[in-house]
Amino acid sequence: MKGLWNLIAGERAWTVGAFGTSCVVLVPIIAVAIIASSSSTEQWAHLTSSVLPGSLKTTLILMFGVAVLTIVIGVGTAWLTTMCQFPGRGVLDWALLLPLAIPTYIMAFSYIEVLDYSGPLQSTLRAAMGYQSAKDYWFPDIRTLPGAIYVMGFVLYPYVYLTTRASFLLQPNSILDVSRTLGASPYRFFASVALPLARPAIAVGAALALMECLNDIGAVTFFGVRTLTFSVYDMWLNRSNLGGAAQLSMAMLAMVFLLIWLERFARRKQRYDNRTTKQSKQQVFLLTGWRAGLAFLCCGLPVLLGFIVPALLLADRASRRLDSVMEPSFQNAIFNSLSLAIIAAVLTVIVAVTLVFSLRLKETPLLKLSVRIASIGYALPGTVLAVGILIPLASLDNFIDFQMERFFGISTGLLLLGSGAGLLYAYLVRFLAVAYGQVEGGFGKIPKSLDMASRTLGDASGGMLKRIHLPILKPVLLSALLLTFVDCMKELPATILLRPFNFDTLATTVFEAASREAFEDAALPALAIVIVGLLPVIYLARTSGVSLRANLSNKLTEPTVNRPT
Amino acid sequence: MIHSLRFLGSLGLLLTSISVSGSATADEFVNIYSYRQPYLIQPLLKAFEKKTGIKSNIVFSNKGLGERIAAEGKNSPADVLLTVDIGRLDSAKQLGIAAPISSEIVSTNIPASFRDPDGEWVGLTARSRIVYASRERVKQDTITYEELADPKWKGRICTRSGQHSYTLGLIASMIAHHGEKETEKWLEAVKNNLARKPTGNDRAQVKSIYSGECDIALGNTYYMGSMETNEKEPEQKEWAASVRLLFPNSDGRGSHVNISGVILAKHAPHKENAIKLIEYLTSEEAQHIYAEINFEYPVTPGVPVSDRVKSWGTLKPDDLSLSEIAAHRKSASEMVDRVGFDDGPSS
Repeated sequence: MKGLWNLIAGERAWTVGAFGTSCVVLVPIIAVAIIASSSSTEQWAHLTSSVLPGSLKTTLILMFGVAVLTIVIGVGTAWLTTMCQFPGRGVLDWALLLPLAIPTYIMAFSYIEVLDYSGPLQSTLRAAMGYQSAKDYWFPDIRTLPGAIYVMGFVLYPYVYLTTRASFLLQPNSILDVSRTLGASPYRFFASVALPLARPAIAVGAALALMECLNDIGAVTFFGVRTLTFSVYDMWLNRSNLGGAAQLSMAMLAMVFLLIWLERFARRKQRYDNRTTKQSKQQVFLLTGWRAGLAFLCCGLPVLLGFIVPALLLADRASRRLDSVMEPSFQNAIFNSLSLAIIAAVLTVIVAVTLVFSLRLKETPLLKLSVRIASIGYALPGTVLAVGILIPLASLDNFIDFQMERFFGISTGLLLLGSGAGLLYAYLVRFLAVAYGQVEGGFGKIPKSLDMASRTLGDASGGMLKRIHLPILKPVLLSALLLTFVDCMKELPATILLRPFNFDTLATTVFEAASREAFEDAALPALAIVIVGLLPVIYLARTSGVSLRANLSNKLTEPTVNRPT
Repeated sequence: MIHSLRFLGSLGLLLTSISVSGSATADEFVNIYSYRQPYLIQPLLKAFEKKTGIKSNIVFSNKGLGERIAAEGKNSPADVLLTVDIGRLDSAKQLGIAAPISSEIVSTNIPASFRDPDGEWVGLTARSRIVYASRERVKQDTITYEELADPKWKGRICTRSGQHSYTLGLIASMIAHHGEKETEKWLEAVKNNLARKPTGNDRAQVKSIYSGECDIALGNTYYMGSMETNEKEPEQKEWAASVRLLFPNSDGRGSHVNISGVILAKHAPHKENAIKLIEYLTSEEAQHIYAEINFEYPVTPGVPVSDRVKSWGTLKPDDLSLSEIAAHRKSASEMVDRVGFDDGPSS
């Protein structure tokens, strides 16, 4: 036992473990690369001449639009709610996180329904103006590229809001005091002091939002917006061209690398000395009159459009199908969704902690690189990820089966794929980046001096993790768990492809109903996803403000040690 | 923490055991991978179970099932793959996941034109891709596919994506009849007649006619049935009431017909049951269910189409062979890209 503990505690074991784990996460990506390179290049000519330019352009416009929208909304609202005082601020402060609970595909089909010819808006308009048919008046079509930007911008901005808000909260009041003493106006303070300080946080948030956007398949399918992801799907499922799909996904990966690089670039001078003071931050700019009204409007609108409108619509349609709550198929789907997401979230966070902690112990270039690559699974489109998992895992299953048959005469069949382990694997690869980001951020805030102290007092690495880091990281771990959990609940494309027999989750139920355009059947499970998704949002809202601040200021009163980067 | 981990562990075990019991089975099961919506095939499977005692396990997806069977290899639990469209049946054959279906019953029930020459797929139902026309705004009683290119339809046509297998099948049949060059011109012209960018499924096109966005739309026949009989969402009955069906090229070669069908998986673990299921699906009873519940055209001779389907008009099927349609699918798909069909009307 003692020996085992030493082994676990040893630094080398951590490095080897971390390297091994990141390799496991890399397997699907490598598999896709192999499929891409081993398939014919004849198809590639057709792709580059007709499919690629268009979808590349669409994707870039979409990403640009979503970036602008999420940053404007996210940063603007974060500033207003952290620095200004106005009526309704207390509620909006957490309500702004609500859209996080709505997956892009649910948002998209809710809006199709809201803005539809027979939807509430157009019906009212026709009744009011006496119009007879769609040809009598102009009405914006949501099923367009701007529509997709709108829909994604309004559900993805909370990523930017969350990270930027935390950054504003952590900026000590002393900075403000200094800039005021130097005569800076509030606008100047925002533009030249607070914003540059928050830049790394904004970059992280925007990168997360853009990866979600790059990954989305539901909304772009419903809207007929031909992005790269859309083309990958199309290539694989309509044209049965796996090689072409893999080749296109390599093009996508290139974009993801670019995104990651941009994010790192924006964060290159991240180690600002955020020495937090014990005094809690107060909203310093008191807004009154029309200014207060405007602030309320600016913060209220994203909540209205990104959450209240789609949620009300879902609730309305779901209420017409309340009888199906009692159906075993619905309850099964809930049970499946919850249990799968919980297991996957725990697994993912454990892996993330292992990776971050090993890097903290010893930063070898190889390990650093493999960890970084491992986190791009987040941007791998679900279907491609599914292929990348299906093919190696099925070979492994068949290999195990062969060996078991040979030595023990037992046929194990598809041990991993058949049991849903493939699904967990997919979630791990896909969402490791989410957990990793959280955990890495948490570790980053623990001064290295604590490690030194712990070592001086004779702790081995395992003991240090257990006694020092994990207790401090508790809130971070919880938020990592919650974020991963919700993402797993929402995940659609890989779930569809890798699930075992008769295994339905809420997301697949929504998908099945939506794919035959039976909106009302999709509403109830969609609402269930949103409601479950709300729990972590509420938790995040509660902790990311008050207690995060309290936690940090209580535990980290000593100055942060700057690590060379 | 430890406590909750243990709980999760047992949850995991539970999950595993549930799914394993689904696939590791005695012989009274048949495992189905289905591209067809579960609600469409459920009535058939229930009737099958009643008759034979064989239960069925289903995985439904509208994508990637053929690839999944291929990857799972010899341990694949799939017995049969149920799918729509000749293109998908053909690509399953190309993937090498299909086994020849040798059954006297099947070959007696299904005419050779609805079966693969090598026996690797069997057609189960037929559907035609026809024109839905506004009762109010379209007066003519006949139409041809060629006519859709006529400028008189400018801004009046709606359709789903050009890359959808239903549309590809139609374009492939045009290629077979007119050659690539002619067809590309035709497709370009149809694109410029579109009222909007191709989106949604066939039902959504009919809704667009109802809303006045367009006057005619391409769609499969059975959608009319599911709208006319939709008790859950009665507004769809109004959509259906606003259109009538025009069977294109009725005075000439006939309307484009496609099929839904089944393949037997090469490594099917319950092969006997799978054959029994396939035989059942070609039986008069099953074909009758297909006709009455799904509003499709039965392929077994002697089984009548439902009265509702009859009320839409008479189908004169284009007798172009299915394998020829399959052969032109790839060119059709590349043509859709070249023309930029899915970008919608250019002006």
